Amino acid sequence: MLVWSRAGRTVAWAVLALLVGVIYALPAVIIILASITGQWNGVLPSHFTLQHYANALHGSSAAMLRASIVTGLLASGLALVNGSWAALALRNTRPLPRRVLDIVFFIPSAVPSVSVGLGLLVAFSRPPLLLNGTLAIVFVAHFVLVSAYSYGNVSAGLSRITPDYEQVAESLGARPWYRLRRVTLPLLLPYLIAAFSLSFALSMGELGATVMVYPPGWVTLPVGIFGITDRGAVFDGSALTVLLAVTALAVLIALSRIPIKAAQR
Amino acid sequence: MAEAVLGHPAAAPGLSVPFTGPDAAHRGIGYEGVAVAYKGTTVLADFTLAVRPGEIMALIGPSGSGKTTALRVTAGFVRPIRGRVHIGGRDVTDLPPYARSIGMVVQNYALFPHMPAYENVAFGLRARRALEATIREQVAACLRMVGMESFAKRYPRELSGGQQQRVAIARALAIRPQVLLLDEPLSALDAQIRLTMLEELSRLHRSLPTLTVIYVTHDQTEALTLADRIGIMRDGRLVALGDCQGLYRRPPNRFAAEFLGRANLLPVTVEAEDAASGLARVRFGAVSLMVRRNPEVTAGQAALLCIRPHDLRLDPPGPSANSLAASVSEVRWKGDLHDVGFEIDEHRLRLTAAPLRAPPEAGALVNFYFAPEDATLIPEERRG
Ligand SMILES: Nc1ncnc2c1ncn2[C@@H]1O[C@H](COP(=O)(O)OP(=O)(O)OP(=O)(O)O)[C@@H](O)[C@H]1O
Ligand SMILES: [Mg+2]
Repeated sequence: MLVWSRAGRTVAWAVLALLVGVIYALPAVIIILASITGQWNGVLPSHFTLQHYANALHGSSAAMLRASIVTGLLASGLALVNGSWAALALRNTRPLPRRVLDIVFFIPSAVPSVSVGLGLLVAFSRPPLLLNGTLAIVFVAHFVLVSAYSYGNVSAGLSRITPDYEQVAESLGARPWYRLRRVTLPLLLPYLIAAFSLSFALSMGELGATVMVYPPGWVTLPVGIFGITDRGAVFDGSALTVLLAVTALAVLIALSRIPIKAAQR
Repeated sequence: MAEAVLGHPAAAPGLSVPFTGPDAAHRGIGYEGVAVAYKGTTVLADFTLAVRPGEIMALIGPSGSGKTTALRVTAGFVRPIRGRVHIGGRDVTDLPPYARSIGMVVQNYALFPHMPAYENVAFGLRARRALEATIREQVAACLRMVGMESFAKRYPRELSGGQQQRVAIARALAIRPQVLLLDEPLSALDAQIRLTMLEELSRLHRSLPTLTVIYVTHDQTEALTLADRIGIMRDGRLVALGDCQGLYRRPPNRFAAEFLGRANLLPVTVEAEDAASGLARVRFGAVSLMVRRNPEVTAGQAALLCIRPHDLRLDPPGPSANSLAASVSEVRWKGDLHDVGFEIDEHRLRLTAAPLRAPPEAGALVNFYFAPEDATLIPEERRG
């Protein structure tokens, strides 16, 4: 506790509540309100309806939600495997090459995602790598964008595991693969879950690159929301946003419930 | 220990090592001129040592002297830049750790936090694809051996330091290694448990007499209590090696004298030697003293005289005892003993004795005595 006096603590909490309220809660409340609004002319909506949710559940939004979830799970899963592999492989390399590869991994998240989408479009639009207009290019785009987070989380986790565990395992007769499966990965589990959750959340909300590359028939929910609100149906868009958020939240909560036995005291 | 209980027929070939066998005499650990360097800095140099099968060898030395490195090179976690390592008569220098059949307990135990005690102990057997029935029997046997059978289901975080240490030992023993490496296994425990564990370790070794143990510590009491022989390390080198008594009573150099127990050291010059009696006459200032002879220092040479504090007396122990006059600088009563400090010229000496009826007063001039066979000569090191 940095602040000791009771009054000081009250003030600190009030400031925190205000910040959280303005930055996080207010936009969310507005969107939730908008999703059930029939008419909104004054400060507050004048008339409420569930029609937007009905629209959302009837139209093409179920397909869009499915596209988002499938893309998110697949891209995050691939990024997790790839990021873990890279982190494990680079663990014992010299600092300089590792620094360089770190940067390579992090570049895609440092440039606008639209540029990433454009880059993929240009790169994969002629044979032999003709992915343009396929599902694969959407997965690739999401994979590229979330890879940095998987890799970053897993390497952070690896650097926190003392080599003792793996060395003891090895001295007990565990060959490299067995050691990885029974010791390294279980110890990494909290970091793997964090990496996957973050990637999934990012992928669920990804718009910039997806807009550039999505094929007909694989419209992700953010692309759909963008289209609908662009056409002026702001309240329908809000309903879809709530749907997206709830789905993402449900998946994240499910992930957070995976039992982690490696939790250390 | 019945062979049937501890046997694991399903173990991979080459990894299975029974505790007893016809070639038991050839086991042990051999280091031949082993050198280890981290990033160009040599931290273990010309390490040559033969640990006998069934022996407990203690490696002691100050922090950073290379004790852990010696264990790591044995286990195969670090490759020597020179030299060979043999275990059980087999050259293991080029073998990966998992093919060496070594039980190792590291300083913080490193119990796998995601497995209960039982699975920790079973780990090595599962890695070798032992049969489930074998695993069950062997894990139970090993947990019983360390008195932890009722804690099998506990996770490491639910165990105390001492209990974790026992599980770590059981885990190391479950694969029935020929060699057990212990890296400061008691340093995380408080003094009381340390004593108990020390006794348990020697009991354990009595029940597994063919197990070769290297015990790293910087606690000389642990080493003297447990080990058959002691190696003293300094700056990556083995600077002294011997059985406990010999090393304690006749340290080969100043470092060994001061690191293993406390030592009173006086500069002397050897005057004459008598090979028949095994004694030598040395001169300290104006006084002549009879001491145990050391063939490495001959007449005319300078040497250090080493006398342990408990070998100094305030009453002459016999007619041939040496005598020196000194002024008492301090007297301390420590419950079970008296600790008396002396000064001769600018040399400080220390005497310990069972509580004295009439301890000398600080500042008094007294005579103290020691028997010739309690005083040894150490070659004077060349200052460089
Ligand atoms: N991984 C490493 N990289 C570089 N130097 C190392 C490494 N491990 C150990 N050293 C160095 O090697 C030397 C010997 O270390 P070692 O761990 O063997 O000492 P030790 O005798 O076990 O000491 P302690 O009693 O403190 O455990 C030390 O100077 C240490 O700094
Ligand atoms: Mg050490």
